[in-house]
Amino acid sequence: MSPATSIQLALALPLLGAVAIAVLRRRPDLREAATMATGGALFGAVASLLPHVMAGGRPSLSLFELFPGIPIAFVVEPLGMLFALVASGLWIVTSIYSIGYMRAHEEENQTRYYISFAVSIFGAIGVALSGNMLTLFLFYEVLTLSTYPLVSHHGTEKAMKGARTYLSILLSTSVGLLLLAVAWTWVIAGTLDFTDGGILAGKAEGPILVILLALYAFGTGKAALMPFHRWLPAAMVAPTPVSALLHAVAVVKAGVFTVLKVIIYIFGLDLLGTTGASVWLMYVAGFTIIVSSLIAMQQDNLKRRLAYSTISQLSYIVLGAALATTAGIIGGGMHIAMHAFGKITLFFCAGAIYVATHKTEISDMRGLGRAMPITMIAFLIGALSVIGVPPLGGSWSKWYLALGALEADQLLFVAVLMVSSLLNIAYLIPIPIRAFFSAPADGSAYPAFKEAPMFCVVALSFTAMGCVALFFYADDVYRLLVPLAGG
Amino acid sequence: MDTVIGLYNYWVVIFLMMTGFYIVISRENLIKTVIGLNIFQTSVFLLYITMGKVRGGTAPIMADGFDVYTNPLPSVLILTAIVVGVATTSVALALVVRIREAYETIEEDEIRAQDRA
Amino acid sequence: MIEHLPVLQIIVPMIAAPLCVLLRRRLLVLGFAILACWITFGLSVALLDQVLTNGVVRYEMGGWAAPWGIEYRVDLLSAFVLLLVSGIGAIVLTFAPRSLSDEVPVSRHYLFCSVYLLCLTGLLGIAITGDLFNVFVFLEISALSSYALIAMGGRRQALPAAFQYLVMGTIGATFILIGIGLMYMMTGTLNMEDMATRLAAVDGVRTGLVAFGFFTVGVALKMALFPLHVWLPNAYTYAPSVVTAFLAATATKVSVYILLRFVFGVFGVEFAFERLGLTTILLPLSLAGIVVASTVAIYQRNIKRMLAYSSVAQIGYMVLGISFATATGLTAGIVHLFNHALIKGGLFMAMGCVMLRLKSVDIDDMAGIGRKMPFTMAAWAVGGLGLIGVPVTAGFISKWYLIRGALELNWWPVAVLVLLSSLLALVYVWRVIETAFFKEPSERAQTATEAPLSMLIPTWVLIGASIFFGLMTSRSAGIAQQAAEALLRGSP
Repeated sequence: MSPATSIQLALALPLLGAVAIAVLRRRPDLREAATMATGGALFGAVASLLPHVMAGGRPSLSLFELFPGIPIAFVVEPLGMLFALVASGLWIVTSIYSIGYMRAHEEENQTRYYISFAVSIFGAIGVALSGNMLTLFLFYEVLTLSTYPLVSHHGTEKAMKGARTYLSILLSTSVGLLLLAVAWTWVIAGTLDFTDGGILAGKAEGPILVILLALYAFGTGKAALMPFHRWLPAAMVAPTPVSALLHAVAVVKAGVFTVLKVIIYIFGLDLLGTTGASVWLMYVAGFTIIVSSLIAMQQDNLKRRLAYSTISQLSYIVLGAALATTAGIIGGGMHIAMHAFGKITLFFCAGAIYVATHKTEISDMRGLGRAMPITMIAFLIGALSVIGVPPLGGSWSKWYLALGALEADQLLFVAVLMVSSLLNIAYLIPIPIRAFFSAPADGSAYPAFKEAPMFCVVALSFTAMGCVALFFYADDVYRLLVPLAGG
Repeated sequence: MDTVIGLYNYWVVIFLMMTGFYIVISRENLIKTVIGLNIFQTSVFLLYITMGKVRGGTAPIMADGFDVYTNPLPSVLILTAIVVGVATTSVALALVVRIREAYETIEEDEIRAQDRA
Repeated sequence: MIEHLPVLQIIVPMIAAPLCVLLRRRLLVLGFAILACWITFGLSVALLDQVLTNGVVRYEMGGWAAPWGIEYRVDLLSAFVLLLVSGIGAIVLTFAPRSLSDEVPVSRHYLFCSVYLLCLTGLLGIAITGDLFNVFVFLEISALSSYALIAMGGRRQALPAAFQYLVMGTIGATFILIGIGLMYMMTGTLNMEDMATRLAAVDGVRTGLVAFGFFTVGVALKMALFPLHVWLPNAYTYAPSVVTAFLAATATKVSVYILLRFVFGVFGVEFAFERLGLTTILLPLSLAGIVVASTVAIYQRNIKRMLAYSSVAQIGYMVLGISFATATGLTAGIVHLFNHALIKGGLFMAMGCVMLRLKSVDIDDMAGIGRKMPFTMAAWAVGGLGLIGVPVTAGFISKWYLIRGALELNWWPVAVLVLLSSLLALVYVWRVIETAFFKEPSERAQTATEAPLSMLIPTWVLIGASIFFGLMTSRSAGIAQQAAEALLRGSP
């Protein structure tokens, strides 16, 4: 199979899957089978690109010109490869989990749910593989719109309100700021192709660079940089698999991925390194890291706590990008994968707890470890990975991020990373510890063994193991990402 | 003085135009609005006729002893415009008739009051 | 045959109109009128093809040579507008039969068809003629027939709405007539091309300024440029759904065409923009129109009225692009003229479907209608996204050119305002989508069923086209760009 065919397949499969799901809407088992088959085939198509990229190739595909000089084009480069792999791989796991969760809950409108799910993965893959900024923007918006029905899934007043916040922040930042940045880049540089070393060097300088970077960084609302982070907690009204999709698989990752892409291929590391146009972004990211961690500590609702944790973790990646050093970029790229596995585990656990016990508040979860040992162990693993403890994947990305901060002579941000790790410990670790070692708060007896449905448990165990595995395979990820800095 | 008397027909045009315009704006009665519209249009007809007139010229029919003719084209154009004007007036009047059937009045303020109710 | 294409373009609907009255039998007339519309559309396709291969097509009426006789002159812009108008005309009339029988007494259908064809003739005539006075005549043909069409609306409010439109429209047309008269006075010609060359000789005469002023104000009235838009909301709200769809997609667009033709073709960029500073008038008005009309749209409960206000805002976008007086800006204006016609036509047709089933277009009655009429409301949603300018829809293409145009001139605040105004569109569009899809069905919606295919298919053709031209832009933006460049070069 030629690489171009693989790209075509990777884009077409989710859409075909969505059609199949729609056709099979009256046969739930077949419908879910279609979801799974799509996921498997999609992952296969994406994975078949990996050897080419590892060998230093950049498979590409150009469809047609949207505007003169700006085609809808796809180029598979290392970062996009990694994101596409993570998204398509975790999509399978999330689908397994969804089946367990949605059925256990007897949710309504499941067909709409699975269709939107498939379309959103289409958006994510498109973002990952896009070859120029306009293509990326198109898919970015596809992702925004296709996740709206997922967030508003319950259709209650609360869900509508959350979904409205979600949509309005994401659309207004992207249309109001990001689109402006894209159009401006086109006017300045005359191209929007992702090019090694950036396209702005020698064409823009001084304050214009800073403003443009601000438009990009804040315009990418999905990266949840403060003060445009509110949509993420608001979207917590969605069913848990959706939260997993938002936090790990597609949405926020598409956001930080966009920021990384823009910094590497639009601005270029050298340009930012020499002009220091991204220094302010480090401070914003550092601020977001610390403040959202502090907010997370005060949340008693588990999903909200995890949401603020995500905001903080995303800013790690933005920070890595803003450092504009080799290690920083690699650390940021790696963190996309590492955080994805860690956070998806945590969300799966939160959902499993909800399905099994209908508990949402952390204070109610004391002693739960006896009833749900597998879930809670997985939670612990996920938490440790997010904190960055070896031998778990998260330790590597934090290591490179810290290294990147050192390279850039930004000692302050080394300290920020350390402090935030401590804060991570403070808000994540007590949850499993109390689950295992405390008695239930209301003094009732320890509950009997009662795990979530099998589909859910399998999914969360798998991602927890993934966190461990990534520690040992981090070298491969590193080798994949290294060309980013060389270019 | 020349601009006042020499161009008197233009002053007539302007006077009629403003009169018609004022009636359209200020009257609530739909028939009066239509009349205003008519006066407004008529002023433009006069404008066209005026510009076609050549001083000392005669009707544009070839004949011995005349070599200055009035430009016939504006007059022809205005024939068309008059037809358009008549059509407009008739559509307007037809609408007024139907409005009267539906609202029992042709006063704009009363129609508005009924719609609001 | 081929050399008579330009005149056939006008003759076919014009002859068909009285024939409708003679035929009289409802089905016969509808079938005949629809056929005539599609033939007209076919002719415009052939004409565009001819212009694309051979350049400007000229046709001398009755064999009278150009500056004396009336000349039909079809350049790229004309052919583009002809294609748009005749295409929309054909699709909307195909959509019409079912919707009409619900909203207009059956006994008047043959009259409806006749007047509809006349209106189409007028609009096409404006786009095709090279003679300034002819523009006025066709303008009045289309206007008079559109007053009659609007008055056919089912509710009695349609009558005062039509009357108000008639008064405003006549004032606008008379202003245009004054402008034409003064132009003739100065140049002694009515042929636009001829006029453009002769204007150079009488450069700087004050009569020219006055003519320009009258003409611009008259056209602004006709195209409902803020703040001369007051006739539009009522007319669009109370007209039959079919008429609203047709007029919203074509009438104001053709007026924009007149503005383009006149400002660029006759007076030229240099006179209009550099010497008169037309930008300083058009730019603030269009921006104010965009913001004010979009904001007003948010508060409307009648969705047809909401879309009408949105139209006023969208006219603002077109004029904004024109006011840049650059290639990109003009491209934005022309391509938005095209894209918005598709989007708004589709939206109003979807509203026709809703009206058919609900007997109401009130937002409260539309609650939950998305579950009962999924295809209709899906079309609405896609069209709505086009209004916002979401990527992959045609609306995005227009917005992209508009922003680019503003940035090329370094007009920062304008670009930002355009983007912010998209958010206003987001609010009014999303209100409907949310109500229709995510709320419990209202009393009326409970019993509603999906609209018939005869209405759904034409609706989706337009909505589908708005997606198609959101991706394949060579035939829309490509042509618009060529047309814009031709206009800037000053050839009328």
